[in-house]
Amino acid sequence: MRVRVLRVGDDALLVELASGEEAEALHAELLRRRAAGLLGVREIVPAACTVLLDGLADPGRVASELAASDIPPAPPREQAVVEIAVRYDGPDLAEVAAHWGVPEGEVARIHAATEFRVAFCGFAPGFGYLTGLPSRYDVPRRAVPRTTVPAGSVALAGPYTGVYPRTSPGGWQLIGSTEAVLWDHARVPAALLSPGTRVRFVPVGPTESAGTAGTGGPS
Amino acid sequence: MSDRALVVVRAGALTTVQDRGRPGHAHLGVPRSGALDGPAAALVNRLVGNSADAAVLETTLDGCALRPRSDVTVAVGGAPCRVSVDGRPVAWGAPVRVPAGAVLDVGPALSGVRGYVAAAGGVAVEPVLGSRSTDLLSGLGPAPLTNGTVLHLGRELAPYARVDVGPQPAPPGELVLRVTHGPRADWFTPEAVRTFTSRTFHVSSASNRIGLRTEGPALERAVDGELASEGMVLGAVQVPPAGRPVVFLADHPTTGGYPVIAVVRAADLPAAAQARPGTPVRFVAVRRR
Repeated sequence: MRVRVLRVGDDALLVELASGEEAEALHAELLRRRAAGLLGVREIVPAACTVLLDGLADPGRVASELAASDIPPAPPREQAVVEIAVRYDGPDLAEVAAHWGVPEGEVARIHAATEFRVAFCGFAPGFGYLTGLPSRYDVPRRAVPRTTVPAGSVALAGPYTGVYPRTSPGGWQLIGSTEAVLWDHARVPAALLSPGTRVRFVPVGPTESAGTAGTGGPS
Repeated sequence: MSDRALVVVRAGALTTVQDRGRPGHAHLGVPRSGALDGPAAALVNRLVGNSADAAVLETTLDGCALRPRSDVTVAVGGAPCRVSVDGRPVAWGAPVRVPAGAVLDVGPALSGVRGYVAAAGGVAVEPVLGSRSTDLLSGLGPAPLTNGTVLHLGRELAPYARVDVGPQPAPPGELVLRVTHGPRADWFTPEAVRTFTSRTFHVSSASNRIGLRTEGPALERAVDGELASEGMVLGAVQVPPAGRPVVFLADHPTTGGYPVIAVVRAADLPAAAQARPGTPVRFVAVRRR
């Protein structure tokens, strides 16, 4: 894995990688090094194809270490899968179906059959950028963003799926809604989704409750 | 047992609770937040005997007025202003005892933008992720003050400082921001990079706690297209499509998709917090430490 390390100010580094998978692997490796006491850093912020290290005492040394070291592939995911119950009733279902070239009813089936992973968070506390759909299902943002997207909206843009933690403006295509609480600062942890979390969306009927369905798989 | 609290009599244009913020949660999309002029907030805390992490009030341009329910020591700093207690002038930048029921008036900033009001014991709103700061980008922390808000205070831990006045820098007549280039300087034409560090910009009135916006020459991109979202640091100078640099302040988004041409030295950001709209801004390239 080849990494390109860019200096950011006096005490941060931006590590650029060839893909989201590589960013995931580097993120996992950096978390491992930090947990082992090998890396002193205030923030490790993964994003689409980069990982930012902020608050380094000696960024020059860390930069050379990163450029010289081998980053192992991401370890197998041992974490539980977070299941989010979704009512696939979003106002942009038809538009998404048209982009995908499938009947409207197929969108929910394809989406719910996919295992997602939180590639990174941003935009708002608890907003995860989830990857997992094949690239043929990428969709553009809406030409005109909505001024209000309700909390719990399940939405698509580019390669990502996201769930709006609170009501906010937004330009993503809305395919459904959930009652799951994505962010609650009184809860530990506050964020339902953090980078690396595995996620499945579970379709529910119009009369069922669309909360967090719970977690499954190994813990 | 006295009721240690401040009642907000005049909230001012934008007065928020601030401490040293909540760094360490950027990977969840949580901005760091915290006082924009950190040294000013730290000084008023010291003047009233608070620890450095106590929460203070940050005012914006027109101050605020507060009525304590019990006798309390306060200090006002940051942007210079007139301070009075029940109409009588008292010291700015020094500990002041305010009797229960009297009105502490923090006047409009005579220069600069953000005033800081510390009260002995600190503002004791419930912390969120370890910080009491109001984050205007994400809505974490207490809402901006409104008239009638009651702010409870913590216990006084130490006596106030025995000083006449604490030294504070004057707000800048010209804002000089030292920058190191990158990480995305190569997304701009060499001409734009030169323009950035040689021409004068001005502080835009659209500036806020999220970013210091500037007006001036547009910086032309050498690379078209979109940058995939990447992590952002405090002091990052992001350049949106219109080409006018924005310096990220405490409530900045944790990731962003516009290229960062340079990063401002952290030591220069307190002055940026005090620069009024119209203030000339120069970005000066320095070597990385």
